[in-house]
Amino acid sequence: MVHRFKNNGYNIILDVGSGAIHVADDIMYDMVAVFEGRTREEVLAETGRAHPDISREELCEVYEELNALIEEGSLFSEDDYEEKVFDYSKRPVVVKALCLHVAHDCNLACRYCFAGEGRYHDSHGDLMSFETGKAALDYLVANSGSRRNLEVDFFGGEPLLNFQMVKELVAYGRSIEESAGKRFRFTLTTNGVLLDDEVLEFANRELYNVVLSIDGRKEVNDYMRPFRGGGRSTYEAILPRLKRFVKGRKGQYYVRGTYTRHNLDFSRDVLHLADEGFDQISVEPVVAPESAEYAIREEDIPGLFKEYDELAAELVRRNGTDKDFNFFHFMIDLEGGPCVYKRLTGCGSGTEYLAVTPKGQLYPCHQFVGNEAFLLGDVWKGIKRDDLVTKFKACNVYSKDKCRQCFARFYCSGGCAANAWNFTGDITGTYDVGCELQKKRIECAIMIKAALNSEGDEEQ
Amino acid sequence: MKHVKTLNTKRLQHTIKKGGCGECQTSCQSACKTSCTVGNQSCEKK
Repeated sequence: MVHRFKNNGYNIILDVGSGAIHVADDIMYDMVAVFEGRTREEVLAETGRAHPDISREELCEVYEELNALIEEGSLFSEDDYEEKVFDYSKRPVVVKALCLHVAHDCNLACRYCFAGEGRYHDSHGDLMSFETGKAALDYLVANSGSRRNLEVDFFGGEPLLNFQMVKELVAYGRSIEESAGKRFRFTLTTNGVLLDDEVLEFANRELYNVVLSIDGRKEVNDYMRPFRGGGRSTYEAILPRLKRFVKGRKGQYYVRGTYTRHNLDFSRDVLHLADEGFDQISVEPVVAPESAEYAIREEDIPGLFKEYDELAAELVRRNGTDKDFNFFHFMIDLEGGPCVYKRLTGCGSGTEYLAVTPKGQLYPCHQFVGNEAFLLGDVWKGIKRDDLVTKFKACNVYSKDKCRQCFARFYCSGGCAANAWNFTGDITGTYDVGCELQKKRIECAIMIKAALNSEGDEEQ
Repeated sequence: MKHVKTLNTKRLQHTIKKGGCGECQTSCQSACKTSCTVGNQSCEKK
């Protein structure tokens, strides 16, 4: 399968099966479109009609180059990974990542929170105890097989409402790393309200990554992210804290926002965050039921495509300047990216990745927490719902009809199971609005690589 | 080649033999908690 697209003046050809990405001139771009199922003469004639000024000699030259790409396995290559992925998915399950809900309570009441304004529906502001957290880490170590790198994200609600326990749990984790032969990568996702120098010092010492929530411009942020009970601006409360934190941060961080129907011009929020001095930015579309007034609708997609295109072009313009920044959803690793297995089997929810509630219950991921139909077990007795794990294990791009035909399947790996469940009632379904936006982001990410590559050529 | 430039040398076919160790980061533990993005992650073996 070959996917062709034009973006920001570049003709791009993605060979899906091999992952090869080619930047082509107009003749090659058009020839690839008419190549399959035609004889050499038909291809030359068809391409010649679209380019009447080009000599037959040059058309033949393009044809030879095209064939050379096919011979080296980087054009019209086969996707014959299905059987291998099926075999891979039969391997024993090991757990390598936990999302620890250390607080089902929050000092904000964000309108779009999938956790019911931070409290997870029927919860009563529960905080995870050290004993439960310790049992979760022990469960992870005991069920991680030979995997060395283990990930633990402190999540909520707002995890800093339970910061003392987080510190104690990290100390416990470090104390067992050597004897267990494991390495913990601890991360924190916080709304920033309680960020201070003590958290910074702790983060620099212990946390692999910190995700800081802010949506962008003041009015955008404050509308969707009010304090519990309303009152003063959350933007004004957190911005100075986030800036101080980022200035002193030694290690990875992201400021992360959510855009909704209220800020369809979200590229301005991304640029606002960049102009405030943040250089690691992630802003993603809200996931909400269609009935929510802030939910992204199908009719919003063309405008959002334009936003992504403009943002991508701006990133190219800013490259190498002191205003340069990294946008998480335009990151793409063309040379050191994941293997085919990882690309086709996805995020690992319900198998490698589990969420743990303050009471120690296990769910397939943070977005399923509170949905009793997906309660898998607990950290003391382990998984009781092997039937559900089997379903999640079988969840890969080949189990989704739409994904089998999609060029983006090696980049999104079949999408989010929770989104699929929310929109189709089936974890192997697809969330179409999300898919369209994901595909656009991948195209933009590839265009940026093409543009930076061509800048390199010009410099030489 | 005059009419086309290839941006990357890595081919997915070649990751079949040595891939699948599972040491890589879980995608939702990075900076997305509401979508699945795998293509931007790095291989731990590279």
